[in-house]
Amino acid sequence: FEHHRYDLKMKSLFFIESVFLAGVVLLSQVTAKNSEDIRCKCICPPYKDVEGQIYKQNVSLKDCNCLHVVDPMPVDGKDVEAYCLRCECKYEERSSGTIKFTIIMYLSILGLLLLYMVYLTLLEPMLKRRLFGHSQLIQNYDDVGDQQPFANAHNVLSRSHSRPSMLNKVEHAQQRWRRQVQEQRKSVFDRHVVLS
Amino acid sequence: MSDFWTRRGRARVRTLRAGGFRMREKPGCCDGGPEGLHPPSDDDDDDLVDIAGATLDFSSTDDVPPLSSGGYEEHRSRAGMNGNGPSNLMDPLEDPVPGLGTYEDFNTIDWVREKSKDRDRHREITKNSRRSTAALLHSVSDAFSGWLLMLLVGLMAGALAGGIDIAAHWLTDMKEGVCLRGFWFNREHCCWTSETTFQDRDRCAVWQTWGELITGTSEGALSYILNYLLYIVWALLFAFLAVTLVRAFAPYACGSGIPEIKTILSGFIIRGYLGKWTLITKTVTLVLAVSSGLSLGKEGPLVHVACCCANILCHLFTKYRKNEAKRREVLSAAAAVGVSVAFGAPIGGVLFSLEEVSYYFPLKTLWRSFFAALVAAFTLRSINPFGNSRLVLFYVEFHTPWHLVELLPFVLLGIFGGLWGALFIRANIAWCRIRKTTRLGRYPIVEVLAVTAVTALVAYPNSYTRMSGAELISELFNDCSLLDSSQLCGYQQPANISETGVGNSLADRPAGPGLYTALWQLALALLFKMLITVVTFGMKVPSGLFIPSMAVGAIAGRLLGVGMEQLAYYNHDWLIFRGWCTPEADCITPGLYAMVGAAACLGGVTRMTVSLVVIMFELTGGLEYIVPLMAAAMTSKWVADAFGREGIYEAHIRLNGYPFLEPKEEFEHSSLAVDVMLALLTQESMTVGEVEALVENTRYSGFPVVVSQESPRLVGFVLRRDLVISIDNARKRQDGVVSASLVVFSEHAPPQASDGPPPLRLRGIMDLSPFTVTDHTPMDITVDIFRKLGLRQCLVTHNGRLLGIITKKDILKHMAQMANRDPDSILFN
Repeated sequence: FEHHRYDLKMKSLFFIESVFLAGVVLLSQVTAKNSEDIRCKCICPPYKDVEGQIYKQNVSLKDCNCLHVVDPMPVDGKDVEAYCLRCECKYEERSSGTIKFTIIMYLSILGLLLLYMVYLTLLEPMLKRRLFGHSQLIQNYDDVGDQQPFANAHNVLSRSHSRPSMLNKVEHAQQRWRRQVQEQRKSVFDRHVVLS
Repeated sequence: MSDFWTRRGRARVRTLRAGGFRMREKPGCCDGGPEGLHPPSDDDDDDLVDIAGATLDFSSTDDVPPLSSGGYEEHRSRAGMNGNGPSNLMDPLEDPVPGLGTYEDFNTIDWVREKSKDRDRHREITKNSRRSTAALLHSVSDAFSGWLLMLLVGLMAGALAGGIDIAAHWLTDMKEGVCLRGFWFNREHCCWTSETTFQDRDRCAVWQTWGELITGTSEGALSYILNYLLYIVWALLFAFLAVTLVRAFAPYACGSGIPEIKTILSGFIIRGYLGKWTLITKTVTLVLAVSSGLSLGKEGPLVHVACCCANILCHLFTKYRKNEAKRREVLSAAAAVGVSVAFGAPIGGVLFSLEEVSYYFPLKTLWRSFFAALVAAFTLRSINPFGNSRLVLFYVEFHTPWHLVELLPFVLLGIFGGLWGALFIRANIAWCRIRKTTRLGRYPIVEVLAVTAVTALVAYPNSYTRMSGAELISELFNDCSLLDSSQLCGYQQPANISETGVGNSLADRPAGPGLYTALWQLALALLFKMLITVVTFGMKVPSGLFIPSMAVGAIAGRLLGVGMEQLAYYNHDWLIFRGWCTPEADCITPGLYAMVGAAACLGGVTRMTVSLVVIMFELTGGLEYIVPLMAAAMTSKWVADAFGREGIYEAHIRLNGYPFLEPKEEFEHSSLAVDVMLALLTQESMTVGEVEALVENTRYSGFPVVVSQESPRLVGFVLRRDLVISIDNARKRQDGVVSASLVVFSEHAPPQASDGPPPLRLRGIMDLSPFTVTDHTPMDITVDIFRKLGLRQCLVTHNGRLLGIITKKDILKHMAQMANRDPDSILFN
């Protein structure tokens, strides 16, 4: 049984890995080079009667200097060198695909977490009350002797229905996880024994 | 049975709970039912994987054939190695009992046992590898798995760090405005291609502040007030989300994590601290916390994130999954990875792990850390989160030389850093103690919201506190070039501009009105940062402390630097300036002062020296500033040590009472190793019922086995957890095991009545080579043994007879007592 569990864990980790890999592949497709993502930016301060100016061009790294980027040249031939000496050229590269991917990914994870949190704290107790009425609730509290109402919701749910074994497993795992989180919450937030 | 109690009654001096064992306080799990005895892999971290695993039941089960029986092999070979015990004593029908050789939550591992376990395993594999090709391949893959794991850790941590950087940057800018071109761009990337003029180079049309978006104009009081309000609202929202998510999903995700990781690396077990939910929650909430504008950084939490990655990936490899000591080697490397991606400093990361975090750091780990840190830095570099091909926002590059005379202000900065460090630690610990013990601790969410509100309210009007910590540091580190438009570079422009130097090497100039404004704003920012950081660090959101302390130092350094510059400009004929600071020369670089100040303050708070200097010089990419940095770091450490020897992490470890045996300290009291007594098991005269009663009525984490009550000569040592699991397992699976069965630890079962139930043989779970000292061993030697070998318990004998036991926790309590501290403050009780 125990080895089976380990195997399961291995499997699931490989599953996660493959998801990760798929993500990487997806990412690499999204991040295919965009011509907007390269720039050579030259900032030229005021010189004699020429105003300060910013030049941006899409050139390669080795062409990223004042002579290639500043166009049209605002000064005459003999002053070009002096003018260019004061310009500061920077070659920059980014990947707008990665940025977009990261931000959207981040927002969706955040959204999922928030939804799950709302579900755990608000919806589930309500659902439970609807399903089982008042009396069973009280009985359940006495049964477990726990003052955290929502922690036992799944307990009730899973006990009252016989479900396919996989769902049961999932539920069991979820329940155990919640018990752990509750334990952690107690030690961090209430008793202040760790991480204070 | 009664015999035991009288023996216990006679226990000498004080009977301490052994081994740092802690009962779970939950009712219903300690009543000896199957719940309480559940095998450890159950509460092994958390269960996301199990959920996923259920769906993958159908996939092949034979991809790890030789390893899946590792537990049994290990188990048998251990019995054989240690005691030359014939393995036929083991019941051949008996399956390997899951969970043997594992530890309870909040317990300390035994390094010696784990290491010998690994050596045995290794020996077994080498022996087998000569037999068949498959076994040879297995041995090769086993040897390679460490490096593979490092590669994976580096990739994962680097990718996560890149994501965190991008998201935090974007969310920080979100407080001020939005990009019309695509909401996912931050301010910098929003204006990436847009046309801007030289005068307005800090703004562009597609990036609009909230006030601008609503009122239509960027000028005016209404727009300012709207911006101000929305800034506060966003900050509060982010902080609220962060603290509620932490509370709901992973309370262990709060704080910086370095003190706990330090404790874990020293052998402590906190289940779930490095689990999947902690990783997810910490990653998500770290971004929120950083962007809420609170005075905190992401560097410490990144170390925690990297360690979570390593711990999760360890599950892929049997070698690391089953051995706590080996896993800690990987975690040490992961700590290096964390700093490597936080500062873009791979070597600094490795040294940080070695100097600050790790407990056991062999050379092999050094190489692996180096490799992993390199991979992580490379991954981060290829993600390129800042668009400047650098790994950190505040990377600087200046090469202006410094003069020997400047060492004096650098040392002054070191003194400031040391004073600030000592003060900060005192204040922060006092504040955390208040939080821990008074009513304040009961309202963590309100506390976070209040601090955020104050921070946002005060920070917004001052542009140096409004920007994020990393940006502030980057601005302070930067040397002023002619093109800089920031206030800090508000010098009076020299009249003959065309003849002065070019690019970065500008001569010293007199300060202009812009710089004066910047100076008093910086002074206010310094004061504010100093105060707010004290209350921020330790709140229930992910919070690192590197960035705030560096910011404090950088502000102080920059102020001093500008002061020095002006002094030199107006008095360049003074003796100290004569000769190297002529009027046309660029002799003083305020950015360098900011850097030295940052190093000094960070050094004062964390007491790092070598790793700090290396991190800083990797940040600057120049070797010429090593001497100033060293001078500042050393001074800061000396000054801070004069006020208290502990760094902030050790102070937090002590505040929480983690069982951490500081390897850097010396134990200087003289006492003897004769103190404690506890319950005993006998070799072959106890029944299962008696053993169970003993286990139930005591809370010791291990029991010595002796020959008999009359002659307590030592046979071996049995861990409570192993005992409980084995008996429970035997009762379930083995026929004929009842309360009256004898428990036999000896090699040969004693002759017994034929009608009695068969004995339960448990020699396999007994450690036949426990460490012993005599009762006259001086305490300092004992402490050294514990510290250097990472022991968990040590038995005390007198004339070869068992006298008692000393555990790591006893040592810690004893040391606390010697230092006049409350010994009961150690570990939760």
